[in-house]
Amino acid sequence: MIKEILKILENDARTTPAKIATMTGKPAAEVSKAIKKAEKDGTILKYKTIVNWEKAGNEQVSALIEVRVAPQRDVGFDSLAERIYRFPEARSVYLLSGAYDLLVLVAGKTMQEVAGFVTKKLALIEGVQGTTTHFLLKRYKEDGEILADGGETKRQPVIL
Amino acid sequence: MPRKKPNNTSKRVNQIAPSGIRRFFDLVASMEGVISLGVGEPDFPTPWHIREAAIYSMEKGNTMYTSNLGMPELRQELAKYLKKEYKLDYDPDTELLITVGVSEGVDLATRAILDPGDEVIMADPSYVSYSSCVLLAGGKAVMVPTYEKSNFELNADDIEKKISDKTKAILIGYPANPTGAVMSRAKLEKIAEVAHRHQLTIISDEIYSSLVYGVEHTCAATLPNMKDSTVLLGGFSKAYAMTGWRIGYAAGNKDIIGAMFKIHQYTIMCAPTMGQVAAIEALKSGNDSVSKMVSDYNRRRLFMVKGFNKIGLPCFEPRGAFYAFPSIKATGLSSEEFAEKLLMEERVAVIPGSAFGECGEGYIRCCYATSLADIEEALKRMGRFVGRHKK
Repeated sequence: MIKEILKILENDARTTPAKIATMTGKPAAEVSKAIKKAEKDGTILKYKTIVNWEKAGNEQVSALIEVRVAPQRDVGFDSLAERIYRFPEARSVYLLSGAYDLLVLVAGKTMQEVAGFVTKKLALIEGVQGTTTHFLLKRYKEDGEILADGGETKRQPVIL
Repeated sequence: MPRKKPNNTSKRVNQIAPSGIRRFFDLVASMEGVISLGVGEPDFPTPWHIREAAIYSMEKGNTMYTSNLGMPELRQELAKYLKKEYKLDYDPDTELLITVGVSEGVDLATRAILDPGDEVIMADPSYVSYSSCVLLAGGKAVMVPTYEKSNFELNADDIEKKISDKTKAILIGYPANPTGAVMSRAKLEKIAEVAHRHQLTIISDEIYSSLVYGVEHTCAATLPNMKDSTVLLGGFSKAYAMTGWRIGYAAGNKDIIGAMFKIHQYTIMCAPTMGQVAAIEALKSGNDSVSKMVSDYNRRRLFMVKGFNKIGLPCFEPRGAFYAFPSIKATGLSSEEFAEKLLMEERVAVIPGSAFGECGEGYIRCCYATSLADIEEALKRMGRFVGRHKK
């Protein structure tokens, strides 16, 4: 049942347990309990809003940074990754296969701020062998949501 | 004295009454802020991988006519699909025909089967085109009432009582528009027995076959002795959210498909090429998209049906398609009055059940292929409306 609940919440975090209960045909109390459990055990991390900041008039600079690192004995990539993900500037951090090791998404108010984080913090961490910074030019889709306006076609109001 | 202007249209067409529902539709279209539960199509656009395949094909210049029967690749994929889904073997060269939606399929099947005066038995209520297509083919539609208390399923005994020496076919359409009813295999088997005994053809519109919830769809051609005497009509519109592409198919024995083909080749030439390309992609890799949409419809189905029951519009549980068919008898209004008043007072559009036959009177068709937010708001408005109009 939890998977069905999560699918509904992933699409709209504000769906109430009562509504989820109706949509799944399960008792509301059972749904609430399952949600509580998922919140507790970390299956549900957090409820957030996907914001189109540009539309809100809030300029924001983001960059994707490829990081090559030398993995350390015993702890591998994890401890180095932690050194990086502890920085609040790092919005997302992933370990990847391929030409580089870590991909870090950094967001800041200005280009200088982002550049400053890379040159003064990230690049200087012990074990980091090199970085390549890609500034983000345009967002088309964010977490499954298309950001471009309009384009929605309308159905005929009534069809038999 | 000037001679009275002759009526230039045929008797055959004139016997089809002008659709009264048209005026209501125009009214809906002219109003602002209307939430429509009156739509008979998915609210999803066609899955992107299907659209993309069609765009690519157009870019490559694939814009010519196809074989009259439909693209060989599509017919082969379709044969594979029918084999996999129902264990039915159809020869893609002689037993399958790609049509312009099931709409064309119904027209072809009735015209191919009927001689003037022949009768076709069908359920009341049922989809609006069935009886008109029969009339246009020179035949006579014989209605068998179906009722909420028996889940709007067709009953074999009721059918048998209507059989005359003019009866040629039984036209069934389950999962059903407008009721959302699904026929159980057991009940269908009894109908198949009757059809077999009286040597009748079954025309089976199975456009909603993929949209069933917690029950299994039974394909009429899989019933005992029925493969050869069933014209199976299916399509891509509802399952793959491909209504505007206009692609359907007919499967049947080679004589009947051959007869339908004769009409098709002179009236249609071939189904739209771009749509056929899209349909190939849908068959090859559309399954995931369909199951995602089905689970989404199911959530909204449960939500809407419970909502109707709560606000005093008792609703039998529809197990297929994407329609709920609640009873409005508690208001004492006719279904047309109900729909019109509801539109004027609360700006919610629903389809009066009477548009689908006499047995639809006292019910309204509401489509849950609509956003959850809209369904919720519509239920709120309808709750207010019912509160005011309850007898």
